[in-house]
Amino acid sequence: MLATARAIVYRDLLVAVRRRSDVAVALLFFVIVTSLFPLGIGAEPNLLRAIAPGVIWVSALLSSLLSLRRLFEADHDDGTLEQMLLGASPLGVVAAAKALAHWMVTGMPLAVIAPLIALQYDLAPQLFGVLALSLLLGTPVLSLIGAIGAALTLGLRGGGVLLSLLVLPLYVPVLIIGAGARRRASSCCSPRCWWWRRRSRLGQSPRH
Amino acid sequence: MLEAANLTCERGGKILFQKLSLRVSKEDLLRIAGDNGSGKTSLLRILCGLAWPAHGEVRWKGEPIRRLGEEYSRSLVHIGHASGLKDELTAAENLAVTCTLAGIRASDPAIRDALGRFTIAPERQVRHLSQGQRRRAALARLALSGDVPLWLLDEPFAALDAAASALVEELVRAHAGRGGAVVYTTHQAAALRDTRVIEL
Repeated sequence: MLATARAIVYRDLLVAVRRRSDVAVALLFFVIVTSLFPLGIGAEPNLLRAIAPGVIWVSALLSSLLSLRRLFEADHDDGTLEQMLLGASPLGVVAAAKALAHWMVTGMPLAVIAPLIALQYDLAPQLFGVLALSLLLGTPVLSLIGAIGAALTLGLRGGGVLLSLLVLPLYVPVLIIGAGARRRASSCCSPRCWWWRRRSRLGQSPRH
Repeated sequence: MLEAANLTCERGGKILFQKLSLRVSKEDLLRIAGDNGSGKTSLLRILCGLAWPAHGEVRWKGEPIRRLGEEYSRSLVHIGHASGLKDELTAAENLAVTCTLAGIRASDPAIRDALGRFTIAPERQVRHLSQGQRRRAALARLALSGDVPLWLLDEPFAALDAAASALVEELVRAHAGRGGAVVYTTHQAAALRDTRVIEL
């Protein structure tokens, strides 16, 4: 099973490396959308700092969605999906490997460049790590949820629109948690502080 | 080995075939014949588990294939209409991935040898291959699938030149000679004579 997963991830990464345009489109989309907001709203640092996590997360979400349609479609068109269906490993392994490869190609680069994007929004440098980490943890979930939608809409006419309608509502919890990470981190960066605040909310006596 | 009982296939509200039963044993070569649209490809897809019949059942060694899942998949090679090759990869990379997915252990020299038999350069990207060469690159998998008992081949001779057709015929006969079974579709009546034929 591991050999199958490794082969699928290796193959998809190799295809992405040799067809860079697909990766570049998602990444450029992310950069352009996140850069449009400061241009449109104006140089108001407090406002930009407040909207930064939401804008970056929504852009990451839409960028991930942009490449989702191709997750199974290319394999369906050239017949390699049939080979996977008739493979020696369970379909769950195949789907997980496909989602992992999708995240490595689309989600991980977003997490890497997010701190650079955050510079435009005047975010405090100590929050760059939180932002990157939240994207690093959240984008795999986007790929996993998206894989379900991509599989359900495979081969349908107008499947792209349907895919968005199916998947976007499911992305909402990830968006709320991901975008909220910066707010929680900026109110108190220390995990110890977060822990005591949580305890006090649960009615236990805080010793902070 | 393979049994199909009372198969009925519908596509778009039209019945392609009904109450079709067949049995494939060791050393069998079975050709599925019929006009375009008669359901040859659909029958092969049903036999390998990629599609389900409206009625009837397919059994492998007495067990329904639905129940066997990957165990059945490991016992067959299916080469369909689509080449199953990635344009961005080389012929050797494609064949290596295909073999890994199918659970076939194939060394790098074995892969190169298989492609060499079909006169395909291993390092050539598939995007630069002609239609016939793509077909040969896909069929090179057969040279590495000697241990897989059941071969289901959809139009294996399509787009091939005489030399490649002869090689496929040789591989198919050798497989049947080793105790394997081959079910295939073709419009070329001359290919693989002395085989059982089912007309749809």
